[in-house]
Amino acid sequence: MNGAEFVPLSLPPLLIGVFAAIACALPGNFLVLRKQALIGDAISHVVLPGIVVAFLITGSVSTWPMMIGAAGASIIAVVLIEAIRRLGRIEPGAAMGVAFTAMFAAGVLLLEQSDTSSVHLDVEHALYGNLESLIWLDALGWQSLWDPVALAGLPPELIRMSATLVAVSAFVWIFWRPLKISTFDEGFARTLGMRTNLLGLALVAVAAIAAVAAFDAVGSIIVIAMFICPPAAARLMTNRLEAQIMWSIVFATLSAVLGYLAAGFGPQMLGFSNAVSAAGMIATVSGLILALTAVFGPCRKRLGAPAV
Amino acid sequence: MSLELAANQGTAPIADQVDDSPLAIRGMTVSYGQKPVVFSVDMTVTQGAMTAIVGPNGAGKSTLLKAALGIVKPLSGQSMIYGQSLKSQRHRIAYVPQRASVDWDFPTRVIDVVLMGLYRELGLLRRIRPRHHDKAMACLDRVGMTDFAERQIGQLSGGQQQRVFLARALAQEADLYLLDEPFAGVDAATEKAIISVLKGLRDEGKTVVAVHHDLSTVNEYFDRVFMINTRKIAEGSVAEAFTAANLEKTYGGRLVTGQIDQLDLAAG
Amino acid sequence: MLWEALFLQLGYNATLVTLGACFLGVAAGVTGTFLFLRKRALVSDAISHATLPGVALAFIVMVTFGGDGRHLIGLLLGSAASAGIGLLCVSWLTRYTRLAEDAAIGAVLSVFFGFGIVLLTIIQSMSAGRQAGLEGFLLGSTAGMLWSDAIVILIGGLATLALVLAFRRPMSLVAFDPEFAAANGMNVARIDLLIMGLAMAVTVVGLKIVGLILIVAMLIIPPVTARFWTDRTDHVSLISGIVGGVSGYVGAGLSASAPNVPTGPIIVLVSFALFCVALFFAPNRGVLAAVLRHFRFQHRVHMRQGLLALAQGQPIYEKLTLRLLQRAGLARPDGVATEAGRARAAKALRDEKRWEVVRADQAFEGAAALYDGLREIETVLTQDQITEIDHRIGGPAGVPT
Repeated sequence: MNGAEFVPLSLPPLLIGVFAAIACALPGNFLVLRKQALIGDAISHVVLPGIVVAFLITGSVSTWPMMIGAAGASIIAVVLIEAIRRLGRIEPGAAMGVAFTAMFAAGVLLLEQSDTSSVHLDVEHALYGNLESLIWLDALGWQSLWDPVALAGLPPELIRMSATLVAVSAFVWIFWRPLKISTFDEGFARTLGMRTNLLGLALVAVAAIAAVAAFDAVGSIIVIAMFICPPAAARLMTNRLEAQIMWSIVFATLSAVLGYLAAGFGPQMLGFSNAVSAAGMIATVSGLILALTAVFGPCRKRLGAPAV
Repeated sequence: MSLELAANQGTAPIADQVDDSPLAIRGMTVSYGQKPVVFSVDMTVTQGAMTAIVGPNGAGKSTLLKAALGIVKPLSGQSMIYGQSLKSQRHRIAYVPQRASVDWDFPTRVIDVVLMGLYRELGLLRRIRPRHHDKAMACLDRVGMTDFAERQIGQLSGGQQQRVFLARALAQEADLYLLDEPFAGVDAATEKAIISVLKGLRDEGKTVVAVHHDLSTVNEYFDRVFMINTRKIAEGSVAEAFTAANLEKTYGGRLVTGQIDQLDLAAG
Repeated sequence: MLWEALFLQLGYNATLVTLGACFLGVAAGVTGTFLFLRKRALVSDAISHATLPGVALAFIVMVTFGGDGRHLIGLLLGSAASAGIGLLCVSWLTRYTRLAEDAAIGAVLSVFFGFGIVLLTIIQSMSAGRQAGLEGFLLGSTAGMLWSDAIVILIGGLATLALVLAFRRPMSLVAFDPEFAAANGMNVARIDLLIMGLAMAVTVVGLKIVGLILIVAMLIIPPVTARFWTDRTDHVSLISGIVGGVSGYVGAGLSASAPNVPTGPIIVLVSFALFCVALFFAPNRGVLAAVLRHFRFQHRVHMRQGLLALAQGQPIYEKLTLRLLQRAGLARPDGVATEAGRARAAKALRDEKRWEVVRADQAFEGAAALYDGLREIETVLTQDQITEIDHRIGGPAGVPT
């Protein structure tokens, strides 16, 4: 494949896929270690109502209202989950199940009832995204990467995703020590004066931001694969958090690249004419990687006793 | 007797007692749901002494410590550290949680856990320099764990895990050490090692408070004792307060009289 | 339109579907209670998402062998098979690796769903697949349903309900008290498997009505709602079944009465509305009750501490304590006790002393266990016992009783 074809058609979705996978995997590492993997599940579901409400209020699908709407929805969801858990003394899993299914249902209903024909927002898109459509029409080949005119026509999703990746990485880098200490030993962290509740909420908010940005590309359910699969696979490769983060980035990148390529070129090799869903394929590849590490990973067994 | 004691304290100006005490707790009440676990407890820790907090299971020993440190939110009451607010004095406190309160499968090494004790010094982004590393190793040396520095924490035995937690607290270079059941489920060698480190701290003039389970070692290990069963029962030197009468009040029917006889009690 | 739907006057198919949804709702509510009590509610999320590849593969297989890809029973069998594989993956990951169940659930649900989407896009590119309408399985759709499909749903709903009712006893035993059940010779592991199997059956039957993304709500929201209304665990499954049945019935009816409304979200929102009522107004765990109780409790604690401080002549630091004492006419604004305050304070101190005796005496062990610092001693002991204790304390000693 030459640059004239690859750069406009494949490079942007490939980059968006890789950035989305990494941006989700980074907070995902902490969610998995905190046994909050399903918060990722809940967040990714409530992103939809957040975006729909933002759309209904502003009448357009633009970055900031969407981000704010989705972040707001995540915070409402977290508050609702906590309220159900504490008041009813309900286990967190069930509390989450109540909150996110109801909010997701409301989002779907609002979406079905409102006129979204003018914008790129529909239920299927919300469920599994449309990575393939994020193309860069202004690009003529590799040389366009240095052409300011062409660069101005980059898909906005790519710019949004890159900025999100930078923000997420900065959060994890700056708060690395508090995140690590409070994930390992929350009581100790509090005696150091850390606001562990706030930090936990910030982690959820960052995960929500990553989920909104990735939502365009891969939809609300496959985002969960990106939150959980690379960190879970990385967990089975090493016993050091630093190395786990590195492995999760490698696995996220691998899933995105292999998944995108397999979706685009796999069916052609098998003689089909149409490509298959890239987002679905990325999730599938991340699952295969997890399966491989679950069988062969050097650190797949538990070492210490769990907390009581 | 506790009431008379409390009443006496009430007449003295509160500021005098609070000023020099490493940890003064006033009117602390903590409840989980509708049941108070700790009810209206006052505690005044003596500087430079080793104090044991004793009481039956579920009597609020750990909860009292956690509330004093702001780990759990009390319903009412306050704690003062060296006569000042907890917030301004956090750097003078080192806390050793119960070993079972964390997931030992966490992906990290022994040395990394000890370095967590240097968080105040390192802050968010400062690099770990050789001197930080050396300090952490020195703390591991004090608990006899230098050989394990590079080990994954999940590979340690219970006693070794407890020593690592103690090393982390040593790295904090605090004045007041608060330990939650440091001897629970550890081997005899570890118990000896830990108590010698704690006595070393006391001899340096530091203050040590530990939630303690084993009544038979209170006499041998501690200078002072604080007895609690939701309410404060008694507080004072081991000789004064660790009496059969107070034990009976603390444990009620749960401690068989024979057991009390076996304890090497001061004349109550 | 709405009333016609609710009174089953929207035509034969809609009626069948509404009844089917109602039966399914009851079955889901009851089954969900057992899952919920076993603290495994979200395992059903993995099960339901894992049905997608099975549906798609069943379609492909049926078309390949020249059949009609939309044959509902075939699709449901396929979904059951892949849901079963998903369930196996969750338990394998939790048992044989260090991953916790939450990570395993999240991984299985997203990966199976992703793979299912890949298969759906393959189907769309097949000539027979263009009109497959398999997307209806995602969010549920009963519009334009075939008569045979409606019959399948009705019978499926009834059959699931019958199974749930038949196995109600052993399942509730295991869910409420697994150790007792094991001691009575029941095979807990096998009954857990049965609960999972029924959750799978609910999921499979519900696919067409509610859709695989939201079916989990039918298994979770009713039992959680029921838990708010009652503390008696045996009532939970009953209320949960009712909530589920009402949600299914009303939701399916509403959906049939309005165009372009997916059935799944409506059913979920109806049950969520029932949940919200419980969340706010439930007598014991509801928000209103909890707020009131918290204030009352905090006031009791502060009153008691304040009285004891008064009795011992200690200063009162907490503003709330002082305010409460003042409002009750027990203290003056400067923290000095009034006449009534002195009497109440003396009584409080006296009670403390009595409790001390009670707690040190093995004979009162049962009463001592009820001590929490707030309980009035009169509620635990008889007047005679109190007199006896006072006797032991030794006279009023300047403190009126």
